[in-house]
Amino acid sequence: MSTRTLISPLTLARPRGRALYWTVFGGVVLLFALAFLFPVYWMVTGAMKSPDEVTRTPPTLVPEHWHLAGYTDAWDLMDLPTHLWNTVVQATGAWLLQLVFCTAAAYALSKLRPAFGKVILGGILATLMVPAQALVVPKYLTVADLPVLHTSLLNSPLGIWLPAVANAFNLYLLKRFFDQIPRDVLEAAEIDGAGKLRTLWSIVLPMSRPVLGVVSIFALVAVWQDFLWPLMVFSDTDKQPISVALVQLSQNIQLTVLIAAMVIASIPMVVMFLVFQRHIIAGISAGSTKG
Amino acid sequence: MKTASKPPAVLPPAAVGAPEAPRSAGRRNGGVSRRRPADQFRAYAFLAGGLLCFALFSWYPAIRAVVIAFQKYTPGSGGEWVGTANFTRVFHDPEFTAAWRNTLTFTVLALLIGFAVPFVTALVLNELRHAKAFFRVVVYLPVMIPPVVSALLWKWFYDPGAGLANETLRALHLPTSNWSNGADTALVSLVIVATWANLGGTVLIYLAALQSIPGELYEAAELDGASLLQRIRHVTIPQTRFIILMLMLLQIIATMQVFTEPFVITGGGPEDKTVTVLYLIYKYAFLYNDFGGACALSVMLLVLLSAFSALYLRLTRSEGEDA
Repeated sequence: MSTRTLISPLTLARPRGRALYWTVFGGVVLLFALAFLFPVYWMVTGAMKSPDEVTRTPPTLVPEHWHLAGYTDAWDLMDLPTHLWNTVVQATGAWLLQLVFCTAAAYALSKLRPAFGKVILGGILATLMVPAQALVVPKYLTVADLPVLHTSLLNSPLGIWLPAVANAFNLYLLKRFFDQIPRDVLEAAEIDGAGKLRTLWSIVLPMSRPVLGVVSIFALVAVWQDFLWPLMVFSDTDKQPISVALVQLSQNIQLTVLIAAMVIASIPMVVMFLVFQRHIIAGISAGSTKG
Repeated sequence: MKTASKPPAVLPPAAVGAPEAPRSAGRRNGGVSRRRPADQFRAYAFLAGGLLCFALFSWYPAIRAVVIAFQKYTPGSGGEWVGTANFTRVFHDPEFTAAWRNTLTFTVLALLIGFAVPFVTALVLNELRHAKAFFRVVVYLPVMIPPVVSALLWKWFYDPGAGLANETLRALHLPTSNWSNGADTALVSLVIVATWANLGGTVLIYLAALQSIPGELYEAAELDGASLLQRIRHVTIPQTRFIILMLMLLQIIATMQVFTEPFVITGGGPEDKTVTVLYLIYKYAFLYNDFGGACALSVMLLVLLSAFSALYLRLTRSEGEDA
C-alpha cells in the first residue's frame, strides 16, 4: 500500500517485527503526547487552578476545582478584547494590503513587462538575502520619520501594514505562479476586450487560488506571531497587539491570569491551524521539494 | 513543481517576447519588445504600491543602516559624521563579546539539537504506518502557538520553585536544576525552548524529503546485506544531503537573529549570559538611545548573515539547475 521505506514490509510482517513496530508506535505516541500535548494541557488547566494550587509542590495533575475566573479575569484585567482586536486589525490589514499590492506587482513583473522589470525583480530578490531582523533599527527610524512626508507611523497600524507589503518571499511566490499561466489564456481574454485589471481579476486570480491561500496563511501567521517589530512600533499600551501586551503585563499579574491570557492568545492561530491543517502541512511539505 | 519553478522558466518569455507577437507594436523594432508608453504606464501603475513599500521599508533602511553606522544620530535632528567611532565604542563594550559568544553558542547548540532531534523524529515517523496525520498535526502544533506564549510558558516551566521542569526531576528523584536562572544552564534552556517551538516545520520538511527517496535503493541495500544503520548512513543521509544542508543554513540564519526567547525568559541574564546580538542592538537603540551604535552592530550582523544567505541562494540555485 505504501512505498518502501527504511524497514522492509517483509520484516514488519514477521511476528517479531510486528511486536517491535507496535512498541515503537506506542512509544512515539506517548512521547509526542508528553512533549507536545502535555504542555498545552498544563497551560489550559493551569489557568483553571486556584492561585495557590498552581504554585503548589508537588503539583496537581487535574485542578481540584475548575475555576473559570482566570479566564474571565484575564479578559477584563488585561484588557484582552482591545489587544485581540488590535492584533486582528493589524493582521487583517497587513494581509489585505499584501494581497492587493504584492499580487498587482507580481502580475506586472510577470506579464506586463515594465521597463527595468528585471532590475526591480533583482532588487526585490536581494532583500531575501538580507535577514529582516538585522534591519529593524533603521526600519524603525524610517517609520518614525518617513522621508519627504515627515510623518510618523509609530503607534499606528500603518506601521505594521506598509512594511508588511515589502515581503519578497510572498511576492516571488506569486510571480512564479503567474509565470506558469500560459500567455494564450490572457490573450484570449484581451481579444474579448478585457483590460489588464479585468484580466487579473477574472482570469489570473481565480486560477491562482492555491498560491493565494498559501500567501494568505503566511501573511496572517507572520503578523500574529511577530514580537520585536510591534514592540518597537507600539509604545502606546492601548494600541499594542496581544503578543506585546502579554510580555509587558506579565511582570505584575497573577500567574493563573497570565496563563489564561496565554491560552486565549494562542486560540486564534491554533484554531486556524486545525481548520486548514491539511493545506498548511501540504504547503510546508511542498516547500521542501521546491528547493 | 521542480522543473516548472527553475529560474530559466522565469526569464525567457519576457526576453523573447514571442507569444505576444500578433498585436505587439514593439515587434517591428528588432525583437526586443519595446512597449507603448501607455502600456508602460499601466505596468507601473500595477507596480507602484509594492515598489514604494520595498523602497521605503527594505532598500532605504538597508542603505541607512550603513550611513548611520558612521554617524552620531539623534532622531529628529539628523546625523553628524563620526567616522568609525561607533564601531570602536561597540567593540569595547564588554557586552559585545558576550553577545557574539552567546549568539554563536546558541547557534551551534541549536544546530546540534535542532538537527538531530527533528531528523531522528522524521526518520521514525516515516516508518510508522498508522495515525500519520495525527503525528503531523501534533508535531506542528507548537509552531502555531505564538512565540511569546511559548516563551512565557517555558519561563513558567523553568520556575525554580513550582516549575514543571524541576517537579518532573523531583518526581524522578533526579537533582534539580536552575534552568534559565543558572549561569551555566541558561543558554541551553533557551535552546530547548527554541527547539520545542520550531521543531515541527523542520520535521515536516525532512519527512517530505524522506518520502522522495526511491524504495528500490533500500531494497538493493538490503539485498547487499546492509544493516539498518548502514542503510541510514549509505542511503538515507546521502539522499537527503541537500535538504539537510539547506535547513542547517536556514537555521543558522534564523538562530543568529534570536531575540524573543532571551528577551522574554531571561532578560539577557543571569549577568550577560543570554544577551544575543539582536538583543544588544535593541538595547543600544531603545535603552541607550545610541542609534549609531545599534546600526554599527546591525551592519556587522548583516554582513555575516548575508554571507550565509548568499551561500544558501547559491546552493539552491545550482541544485535547481541540476534537477
